[in-house]
This record gives sequence, C-alpha cells and structure tokens, in this order.
Amino acid sequence: MKAKLTATAALMMAGVLSLSACGGNTSSTTAGGGDAAGNLDGRGPITYVQGKDNTGAIRPLIEKWNAAHPDEKVALKEQTDQPDQQHDDLVQHFQAKDPNYDVMSVDLVWTAEFAAKGWLQPLKDKMAIDTAGTLPSTVEGASYNDTLYTAPQHSDGGILYYRTDLVPTPPKTWDEMMEMCSIAKENNIGCYSGQFKQYEGLTVNASEAINSAGGSVLGDDGKPNLDTPEAKEGLNNLVDAFKNGNIPAEAITYQEEESRRAFQEGKLLFHRNWPYLYNLATTEGSSKVKDVLGMTALPGKDGPGASSLGGHNVGVSVYSENKATALDFLKFMTSEETQRFYATQGSLAPVLSSLYDDAELVKKLPYLPVLKTSIENAVPRPVTPFYPAVTQAIQENSYAALKGEKSAEQALADMQKSIETAGAGS
Amino acid sequence: MATEVGPTPVKAPASGGTPIHHGPKGVGEDNKILSQAKWATWLLAPTIIALGIVIVYPIISAIVMSFQKDAGLDPATGLFTAGGPAGIQNYVNWLGQQCAAPGGGTVACPPGTLGAQFWSATQTTFIFTIITVTLETILGFWMAMIMARTFKGRSLVRAAVLVPWAIPTAVTAQLWLFIFDFQGIANKMFNTSILWTGSEWPAKWAVIIADTWKTTPFMALLILAGLQMIPAEVYEAAKVDGASAWQRFRMITLPLVKPALMVAVLFRTLDALRMFDLPYILTGGANNTTTLSILVINQIRQGFNSAAALSTITFIIIFIVAFIFVRFLGANVVEQSGATGKGKK
Repeated sequence: MKAKLTATAALMMAGVLSLSACGGNTSSTTAGGGDAAGNLDGRGPITYVQGKDNTGAIRPLIEKWNAAHPDEKVALKEQTDQPDQQHDDLVQHFQAKDPNYDVMSVDLVWTAEFAAKGWLQPLKDKMAIDTAGTLPSTVEGASYNDTLYTAPQHSDGGILYYRTDLVPTPPKTWDEMMEMCSIAKENNIGCYSGQFKQYEGLTVNASEAINSAGGSVLGDDGKPNLDTPEAKEGLNNLVDAFKNGNIPAEAITYQEEESRRAFQEGKLLFHRNWPYLYNLATTEGSSKVKDVLGMTALPGKDGPGASSLGGHNVGVSVYSENKATALDFLKFMTSEETQRFYATQGSLAPVLSSLYDDAELVKKLPYLPVLKTSIENAVPRPVTPFYPAVTQAIQENSYAALKGEKSAEQALADMQKSIETAGAGS
Repeated sequence: MATEVGPTPVKAPASGGTPIHHGPKGVGEDNKILSQAKWATWLLAPTIIALGIVIVYPIISAIVMSFQKDAGLDPATGLFTAGGPAGIQNYVNWLGQQCAAPGGGTVACPPGTLGAQFWSATQTTFIFTIITVTLETILGFWMAMIMARTFKGRSLVRAAVLVPWAIPTAVTAQLWLFIFDFQGIANKMFNTSILWTGSEWPAKWAVIIADTWKTTPFMALLILAGLQMIPAEVYEAAKVDGASAWQRFRMITLPLVKPALMVAVLFRTLDALRMFDLPYILTGGANNTTTLSILVINQIRQGFNSAAALSTITFIIIFIVAFIFVRFLGANVVEQSGATGKGKK
C-alpha cells in the first residue's frame, strides 16, 4: 500500500516540479531579456494587440492594410475594455517572451515601465520613425531616457467647458476663473469642478494644478520635485477652492461621468473634462447646456494651463520575429491618413499638428482648436517606470489635502517621500 | 483509501471490460485487492495531479517568490534588473511598515505608499468582517425563520430572497455606487446630503450595507437548511410541556441549528476576510476602506514579490481565523455526525 501512495506522491511532485521549472522563467523578471537587435529584417504575418475597439475604426484599417500586403497580413487581437486588464495582459505576454504579440497599443503611462523592462523595441537606427510633424508633448510622453520607444498615435487633453450664457469672456488664468465664481453664486450653482475622487482622474487633476502653477511632479532627472513653492501654490488652488465652496463639496466623489452629469444638468459654471464631453453635451436630450456650451484651454497662472496628457501610442515588441513588417504597420497606424480616419470615425484626437488646422476636420470636431492649445501646453503624466507607485502617492496625499485632513505642504512632503521610496527599489 | 475496500464482495464478473478482468488470471484474493488498489491509484492520480497544479503549486510558488526582492532599476541603464534573494525582508517590511530608503536601508513608509497601509487595511478588513457577518447572521436567521414557515407564496418569497445573491458582486457594487451617488437615491430618500463615498464612516457603512444586502440571502439559505432538519415533533413535545416561544427558540431551535449556523458563519467570515470588489468599486479603497485583498492587488502592479509576501500573510491570517473557528467554536465542516458534541467542553 505504501508503494502506491509513494507512487502517487511522486507523480504529484513530478507535476509540481515540472511546473515550477517553467514557472521559474517567467516569475523572475530579468530585464533586457529580448534581443533588441534581432529580427530587424523579418517580414511575415504579425499580430496587433489593443483594447476593445469602441470606435469601429480598427477593422476597416486592418482590412485595408491586408489588401495591400497579402504576404504580411495583420491579425487583430482585442483585449478587454479595462485599462488595468489590458496592462496586465501585455505584461504576461511580455514575460512569456511571446513572439505572437508583435505590435501593440500602449497607454501613455505604461511606456516607461515597459521600456525599462526591456520589452519595447527602441525606435531608433533601423527602426527610427519620423516625428517631425508630431506635437512635441506627445513625443515626450512616448519616450523614456531620451529614447523614443513608441510612436504617438492619438492624444487627449483636458478642456475647460463653460456656460456661454453666464460667462461673457472665458477666463485665461485660475485667478480670473475664481473671480468669476461670483456669477455662479448669483445663479445658485457650483462654480468649478474637475474629477476629485481618489482614482487615476485625481492624479490627472492634481498634476494639472501643480503643472499649471509652474511646478512639476518629477524633475528632469526623474526624481520627485514637489518641494517647491509652485507645486504648493498649485495644490493650494484646489484646496482653497474646496474650502471656500468654489468647488462644491460633492466634487470629492466625482469621476468623469458624475462630473459630466452635474455640468450637463446645469449645476456647474466651469467644468474640466476630456473632449468626449462635447458630443454628449451637445446631443443628449437631457443636456441643459446644449446651446450654451463654451470651450477654452485650461486656466493657468498667467495663461493657458498645463493639461495632463492622455492617449495611446503604438509599440513593437522586442520578441517580435517580423520587425520590418511591424515597423511598416506602425508607420501605417500613425500615418496622417489613419489619424484622419480615427478622428472622423472614432473622435480620437490626432497627434499630427497639421490635422488640427484642417478645416474639414474642425467642422466635424469643433473642439480641435482648443484641444490643440491644450495638448501643446500639456505635460505628460509623470514618465516613470514606477508609475503605479507614483500615481498612488499623488492620489492618496492630494485627496487628504483636498478633504482638509492635511495641509497642502504636508501632502506634498509626503508625496515627495513616497515617490522617493518607490524609486529606491531594492 | 484502498485499504478500506477490504475483502471485496465483487467476484470477477463474467462480462469483460471490468478492471478486474485485466488482472492476471487465477490469482488469490490478495492479488485481487492489490490490482484493485493499483486501479484506484490510477483513478485518483488525475485528481491529485489537478489539485497539485491548482492548489499546491501556486501556494509554493507564491511562498518562494515572497523570499525574492522585487526588480530594481539600474541607474546606469535605466533598465530593471532582477532583485535576487531577500530573505524575510519582504515580510519584515510589511509587518513593520518599512519602505526602501533612497540611500539604502529602510525607513518608515510615508503616507501615500502601500506599505503604510498594512495595519490599517488589516483593521479595516476585520471591522468589515465582524460587522457584516454579525448583521448577516441576525438578518439571515430572521429571514430563514420566515421562510421555514408554511404560508401562501412561500416559494415566491424564497426565490425573491435569492435575487441579491444571484447578482454578480461587481454589478451589485455598481448599483450601490449609483444609489450612494451624491444625487443618488439614498440621499434623495432620506433628504440628506451625505457624501457617501467621500468620508470615512459613510464610506465604510456604504460598503457594509451593500455587502449585507448581497450576502444575507446566502446566510438565510444555509440556516434554512439547518432549520428544516429539525423534526416538528420536538417542537410539539416542547409545546405540550408548556415551553414558551422564546424557550422553544432558545432550547430547541438554537442548539439544533447550531451546526449549520456555525458552518454558515465560518464560510461568510472567510469570504468577508477576502472582500475585494465592493470597496474597490465603491470607493477605490479611499477613506480607509482598503482591505487586505485590495492592498495585494495594488501591490501586484508595483512588485510581484512583495505582493506574494503580502498574500502569504493574508493567507496565514485567514488560516488562523479558520483554525480558531474549527478548533474552538465547533464549526464542523467535514463530519456532520459529530458536530453537536464538539466545542462544548
């Protein structure tokens, strides 16, 4: 009997051991595992990976490519529509050195992490692309350590929406906007709101406040740089507005949709949100701001403020076996024609400066001129391989400051220390 | 296992195809048992291998990972390099809330890091567990008592009670997020302007209310199953003896339903200790509603190995709670028969 049990146990152990053997390769993350110099001339079928397509634009694009390149066909792999899951899916495939993930859509804030892990093919030398006509802030967001790792594809920036029936001339600076809050009081509505719930949107709003006042979250050396009077002024702008009621107290629970609803119901005078609001606010039946919707750049210290940059880029995996095809496809995906198609078909903002002045496009997407100013002045969210820790530090501490649980000064000091420990690594 | 088969009553049947038939012909009883045992081993092997793959392997793998350092950045190249062995440093860091210091060594984790949240997350997890399980037990018991009676439309009530349990937790959380919206139903109904997800205790209560709403039916059904095991004659006898309703409840219902009740409480407690979706969607972990599970998930994005250490700690905490339940409180999950006598010593 004992022999049987031993046999079973041995079988079990064998199973476990063989598993841990292959597990060992994936769980120990060694950087630079891929061969960035290999397969540069490889051509053949490739796979393009992105999150669930809500624009209806990607399939016609790929059909078009496939018709023109019968020997280098592109297969589409769609992930879920949740950014966190998309991120984790990419990470898993990179760790497994999967050669079947050739080209992928990379969210701006993942670029540095993937680059530092050695998973993205640097776009230089043979793999170089032309970024001459591309808005500089989007190129900055696609780079890590001064090397371009992804090609900017579509961008996103914050816009200040306002009520044209109540505000004759839109404010250019934060102080001007705060002065106009008396109008809101007379009309018994809230003055300003962005997104202040503790989530990624708060990182966007808090960094905008800090950057607009002339501060910055990270210095040029990638180290935190929050112990400055500018950063303090920026965060204090929000803290004070919460204190004196210019930002209504309930805004501490707002994400994009809650704040959009409040604005569309006519409960806000000024509202910071993304370009997607425009279509909804002008077409939804319940919208009370349909005919009085104004748009302008985010207010800054002396002029336009610094929006946080959103958007997606296209990258090539170092594990791809057909990098020449991948590069061609990447160029195709970021070409002017494709960007125009994305803009008209999916309302995704282009990264090519010229398209923002295109009369036909502006007619279709009236927010483009404002968005151009926004993106030109935009600052990418902190470009760091430790982005998850950095955004956590910003969210938690600025949330505490907005709720009055600690002073802006203390919140910034804590942010500074938190980001330092994140970068200290092991 | 195979020993229990004993002298088998099954004689090798005439029809072919039964396992025994494959054994060597003309052998004695011993050999038959042996060949049966061999056969049993082969039948059990897939299950044991499957268990090994889905339970033993991940646990061992997580424990191995938890003794590794997380990948760090090489300042020269700006690339990540593997961290190497860490000993018990990951565990020390979590328990002592220590974070890596810029110049090497460790410092107390500043607010805004995940490391600074370990003990508060533990506390939050236990607060949620204690309050929700208590509420769910009381309400569940009450619902079960109602459902155990015979009345018109009983099956409709039973089906209706199940609805919250049938809805996926993520959907429940989204529903309650709308209800607890500043302009949502909760504030409209009570004519209040509470920032439900925007301050500490309202946020905690929002999670507790949503969880209670969702999981009370589960408790009610488990307790109902226990109630239905009690024979009606016992109550009748008690009535004849002149026991009041309260006495009948205390002396008959409670002791007899106890085994089922303890199992239900044990399941719910273990479940509540792993609570993730509700607070994650309702508050994102803000306002001190971060549970241990949320902390683990957030940490995974910042470093696998220290997340593995944290999940091992969580595992141990839950294990201890389960142990206390089974050992001292008499929750008897496995053997139903001996359940009543245990834990009363």
